[in-house]
Amino acid sequence: MVTVSELIKTESNKPELFQAGSSACAGCASILALRWALKALGPKTVVIAPASCANVYIGIWPKASSAVPYINMAFAAGASAASGVVAGYEALGKKDINVLTWAGDGGTVDIGIQALSGAIERSTNFIYACYDNEGYMNTGTQRSSSTPKHTKTTTTPFGKGMHKKDIAQIVAAHDIPYVATCVATDPQEIYNIFSEAKQIQGSKFIHILSPCAPGWRFAASKTTELGDLAVKTGFFLLWKQVNGELIVHKRTQKYLDKKKRLPIEAYLSEQGRFGDLNQEQIQDLQNWVDRRCEKLARQL
Amino acid sequence: MSKIKKSEMDKEQTIIMSGNYASAWGAKCSRVKAISAYPITPQTTVVEKLADFVDGGELDARYVKVESEHSVMASLVGSSMTGARSFTATSGQGLLYMTEMLHWVSSSRLPIVTTIASRGIAPPWNIWAEYTDILSIRDCGWIIQFASTHQEIFDSVLMSYKIAENQGVMLPYFIVYGGFTQSHTSKPVRIPPQKEIDAFLPPPPEKGWSHLNLDPENPVTFGNLLMPQQEYLDFRFLIHDSMVKSKKIIQKTIKEFKKSFKRDYSGLAENYKCNDADVVLISYGALAEQSKIAVDELRKEGKKVGLFKLRYIRPFPNEELVKLFNSDVKVIGIADQGTAFGNPTGGPISTEVMSLLRQSNRKIKVLPYVWGLGGRDVTVDEQIRVFHQLIQLKNKNEYPTDDTFQHGTVWMGLKTGA
Repeated sequence: MVTVSELIKTESNKPELFQAGSSACAGCASILALRWALKALGPKTVVIAPASCANVYIGIWPKASSAVPYINMAFAAGASAASGVVAGYEALGKKDINVLTWAGDGGTVDIGIQALSGAIERSTNFIYACYDNEGYMNTGTQRSSSTPKHTKTTTTPFGKGMHKKDIAQIVAAHDIPYVATCVATDPQEIYNIFSEAKQIQGSKFIHILSPCAPGWRFAASKTTELGDLAVKTGFFLLWKQVNGELIVHKRTQKYLDKKKRLPIEAYLSEQGRFGDLNQEQIQDLQNWVDRRCEKLARQL
Repeated sequence: MSKIKKSEMDKEQTIIMSGNYASAWGAKCSRVKAISAYPITPQTTVVEKLADFVDGGELDARYVKVESEHSVMASLVGSSMTGARSFTATSGQGLLYMTEMLHWVSSSRLPIVTTIASRGIAPPWNIWAEYTDILSIRDCGWIIQFASTHQEIFDSVLMSYKIAENQGVMLPYFIVYGGFTQSHTSKPVRIPPQKEIDAFLPPPPEKGWSHLNLDPENPVTFGNLLMPQQEYLDFRFLIHDSMVKSKKIIQKTIKEFKKSFKRDYSGLAENYKCNDADVVLISYGALAEQSKIAVDELRKEGKKVGLFKLRYIRPFPNEELVKLFNSDVKVIGIADQGTAFGNPTGGPISTEVMSLLRQSNRKIKVLPYVWGLGGRDVTVDEQIRVFHQLIQLKNKNEYPTDDTFQHGTVWMGLKTGA
C-alpha cells in the first residue's frame, strides 16, 4: 500500500496520462478516478470505454485527454470488446499491456452485464472498472438498476421503487480472482487498488462509487465530501475479495458498528435527488444500510 | 506455432466436405489469428470445425467462445484493432443480433471476414436457406458476396482478406451461402498447397492497420464525439467511396486468384449466355447457379435466354448491369430469395436493379420474383417455367394472371388464402 507521501514522490515526476482537454462537468469524480487509475496502470495500458460520460469527457473530437490508447465502444460491448483486444494481443504475442474497460453503471449493471459475466467466466485477463454514478447521467439523469431506492431521477420523478443492484457481489459470485470496491474521491485508494489488480492474472473487477454533482444535485465543491459520507454512513461498503478471501477495508470495518456509523440522513440531506423524503422513506434506506452492514459483519 | 503438415504445405488436396467446413478451411488456410463465435443453426459446424483446428494445434489462433453474437462482433472489433486477422461465422437471428456491431466494424474500417449460412427469419422459426438475414443489413458498410458452390466458399475466404485488407478498401466482408442446401451438403473442395496460399495472401502488416492500431507506443483515441459541422458526413462519404472503389480491387484480386490457382470467378457478376439473349433472369446464390441448367435446357429449344448471376450486391455491380441493359435484352426477370416488406417490389434486389434501368435508354420490361423463402424448393422445372413466363411477356406483353402475381411481383408457389 502506497502512502500519500510516497505517492507524491513516485508520481509527481511521471508524465500525466489523463491530460487537459477533458470536457467533464465541474466536480466530476469519475475523471479523478480514471486519472489515478491510469497513474497506477502506467503507459502500457489501453482503455475500452463503452457508452457513458467517459465517451464525452475524454474530449470532443479532435481533442482527447487520454495519453494511452482509448477506444470509444458500443454500450453493451465494454467487456466483449476488451476480450477481443486481449485475444488479439495474445495471438500476436504482445505482452504486458493492461487492458482496462472503463464503464459506467448503465454499461455494467444493465446493458453490459451479460458481456461482463461472459468475459469473467472465460477468465479474460483484464481489468473491468465500473464508475458508478448511480444512473444514466450522460443522457440526463435517468434511473439505472444501480440507482438507490427513493432517488428522484427524470424517469422516477416521484422516487425509485426498488433498491440498488449489488454489482460487486454479483461479480464476486463468479469466483473471480479480484473484486474491490472503492470511492472515486479517494485517489490513494484508487491507486492502491489498481496497482494491486494489475499484478493479478485473470479477470479483475473494481466497483467505484462516483459522486456526480449534476445528477445527484449537490454543489460541485462537495464531491469529496459526498464520497466520504457514503463510507461513513455505511451506504457504500469498502471491501475486496482476493482469490476467494474477503477483506473488509478498515474504514468500513469501523462503520459496521452501528454506534460509529453516521445516520443515513447525513448522506441523503446533502443531495437534491433525495429531496423531500419522508421519515418512512429515510428509515427504509437506513434499514437497507443496517441490513447490509450486519450481513457483512457476519462474514468477518 | 501451428502444426501444418508438410504435405499440406506442399501438395494440393481434394477433400469432400460440407459448405460449412469449406468456410472453416478457408479461415484456417487464411491463417486467421482471432476467432470469436456463438453457435446458431445452420452455422454450427463452421465453429465446431474451427475449434478442432485451434484445439488440435492445426491453427495458431485465439478462439473466444462468447455468450452472444453481439459479443462475437464486439470481440472481433477488439482483436482486429490489435492488427490480428479476425474471423467469425453466423446465420439468421445471430446476424441480426450483431447488427449494431456490424456498423461499428465498418465505421472503424476493420477488415473482418464473416461467413453467413443464411436462413429464414423468425417467427415462425425457420432454419432453411433464405437471404433475408443478410439482405436486411445490406447497407451497413460491409462488402457482400454470394458464394454459390462449395469451392467458391473456400476460395472466397482467401480472396476476401486480400480485398478487405487492401489499403484502398479497409472494409469488412461477408461471404454468404444458403443454409443446409450449401452448409450441410458435401462436395469435393480443392485445397491448394499452403505455401501457395501464403504467397497469395501474406499476413497483415506487423504494425497493424495504418489508420487504427491499438498500440500503447503510439496512442490514439478513437471514435470521439464530433459536432454536426465537423467531419462526420465526410467520414461517411469515405466509406461509400471506398466501397465503390473496391470494385477495381475485387476484379484485380479475382484475376490474381485465377493466375495463382486456375479458378476464375468472373467478377462482380457472372454473365451466363446473356450476350445474344432477349430474355434474361437476374438472380444470386445457389439458385442462380442452378438456373444455368434451365438456361441450357431452353437453349436446346432455341430460346435465346440467359442468366445474370450477381456475385456481389455490395458494392453493387452497376456497370455490369447497365451493360446488360444496353445489350439485346428485351425482358428481365429478377428473382429475390428474400423479402423487403413494403418496398416497391417486395424483393430488395429487384428494386435495386430496377433503380438502374434509367441509366439505359432502351425500353426493357421487368418482372420481379420472390422465390425459395424459408427453404421452399425451387426446382429446375420451376425455373424453366419462370423463363416461359418471361418469354410470354416478351412475345405477347402478357403478365402472369394467376394468384401468385401480387402487387406486380410473382411470389413463386404462393398459397393464397393461407
